Amino acid sequence: MTKKTAFSYGINLLAVLILFFVLLLLNQQGIVNKYVLGIMTLICINIILAVSLNVTTGCLGQIALGHAGFMSAGAYTAAIFTQAGVIPGVGGYFAGLLLGGLVAAIIGIIIGLPALRLRGDYLAIITLAFGEIIRVIIENMTITGGAQGLKGIKKLSAMGVSLFGMNEDFSAFAIVFFLMVISVVVMYTMMVSRHGRAILAIREDDIASEAAGVNNTYYRTLAFTISAFFAGIAGGMYAHYIGILGAKSFDFNKSIEILITVVLGGLGSFTGSVVSAIALTSLPELLRQFSDYRMLVYSIVLILVMIFKPSGLMGTKEFSLTRLFGGRKNKSSQKGSDTQ
Amino acid sequence: MSEQTKNVPVLEADHLGISFGGLKAVSDFNMTLGKNELVGLIGPNGAGKTTVFNLLTGVYAPTEGLLTINGVPAHGKNTDQIVRMGVARTFQNIRLFKNLTVLDNVLVACSLSMHYSMLEAAFRLPRYWKEEKKARSKAMELLKVFHLEDCADWKADNLPYGKQRKLEIARAMATNPSLLLLDEPAAGMNPTETQELMDTIRLLREKFDITILLIEHDMNLVLGICEKIYVLDYGKLIACGDPQTVINDPKVITAYLGAEEEGGETK
Repeated sequence: MTKKTAFSYGINLLAVLILFFVLLLLNQQGIVNKYVLGIMTLICINIILAVSLNVTTGCLGQIALGHAGFMSAGAYTAAIFTQAGVIPGVGGYFAGLLLGGLVAAIIGIIIGLPALRLRGDYLAIITLAFGEIIRVIIENMTITGGAQGLKGIKKLSAMGVSLFGMNEDFSAFAIVFFLMVISVVVMYTMMVSRHGRAILAIREDDIASEAAGVNNTYYRTLAFTISAFFAGIAGGMYAHYIGILGAKSFDFNKSIEILITVVLGGLGSFTGSVVSAIALTSLPELLRQFSDYRMLVYSIVLILVMIFKPSGLMGTKEFSLTRLFGGRKNKSSQKGSDTQ
Repeated sequence: MSEQTKNVPVLEADHLGISFGGLKAVSDFNMTLGKNELVGLIGPNGAGKTTVFNLLTGVYAPTEGLLTINGVPAHGKNTDQIVRMGVARTFQNIRLFKNLTVLDNVLVACSLSMHYSMLEAAFRLPRYWKEEKKARSKAMELLKVFHLEDCADWKADNLPYGKQRKLEIARAMATNPSLLLLDEPAAGMNPTETQELMDTIRLLREKFDITILLIEHDMNLVLGICEKIYVLDYGKLIACGDPQTVINDPKVITAYLGAEEEGGETK
């Protein structure tokens, strides 16, 4: 590890911690109330969803429309696991998330292996179909509560966790927040490695990547699986935030919503996805006072961005704190330095 | 002169052929490449030269014949497996990873010699740093050979044409090949650039002790550096041997070189 990378890791870690403590302070002052915490929790979940889809759509360069399917697989798995009460309390929550991620990843491999033989539009349609299949299966199984949905999932904030004397609501948010940071960092570090480079190479030119020794099938499936894994984790977090699951909320509108977030942020840009997830989750809430017009404004914002910045807010570039503070040109890591 | 008795041939194609439906694109293709040879593959447009490259690198699976690389059967293997066996190539129309940096282009190919797992990368464990550092210095060394070290941070797309060609060769070299296939490396180059390229190719062979097989239309380059020439026409080998014999072969003259000036001009 060179001094430069150590510096950039440090500064990003510092930014995350500062952000967290500012939020904590605001919470203790009563400025960030339960309602705002709820929105911020949703933002964190949406960030994981957007960044994970960015791995497939941005890095691998394939449009996938079944992300809500992976999310629901993770959500139901985690919810059923905690309801079974194998591991009580917050330990069960983490185990449930991990299990949800793994189930989503396995479904990802099963779908990815045949589907990734196709490209572009064809893959988009296939993933869309798979997403719908997952939804229909969930609607028809008894263990998932069928069309009625799954009720009475224990919320994270009701699990009685109190970290370092913070109140329960904020502790729940803290867990979600740091899970989000870890997820984003891990996805980023995975993509800035030999594996990530192989995936980018496939996006750039799949004939040349093969000639450079990249096993295209393996890395395509890998990207797709990583994507599904983190979508599953986000799904599990969502289940334990909202407390009730219905298969209807994971239809293809949800997949499109996540895709819009990624495209708006800029395909291939991790920070873009983060910024765009924050903007698109908070925008409808900020516009609540204009009630009827808020969805109109939301749509207009999308249209304007696509007209004036078709490559998305960040293009393929990353926002870097290191570059901001270090002065020197430095293509280093950016770690979830999202600001509210 | 190149038929020295060297132990195992780097590449051996035995009656290799492929048909697309009823069309026999290449048939009965025999080739033996020994260690450290520099061989040219020439022929008129559409003769099947690039198809031969695609057969040798596993892009197409041959419908007939056998292929052996470094003594190991390579028949029906995928491209990436063949790269692992030691055959790297470049393309007729340059194929770079355009939006990646010059260094990353080479690092993609260095991946074969890097050993760390996904999890080690995700949590930035020591092996990640060690292997990345090793690969980076190897990639920079390669870039130096091609005088590309100053543009390591450039986006590959922004390189001038000649340097893009070189980068493609550098990327191929990063897979540690024992055989390098160059598909029209001098296409679109001016005479100075071609001269420079010839020097680079010679240097490659000496420095890395590899075998090179190249497709080229520029007869100055082919005659200047190749020790042996294969001539392809309508998917069949019509001649093979040392340059002087081949260019004076009447069949080659009618099929490719043309009668008067070309033959006399070259030497």
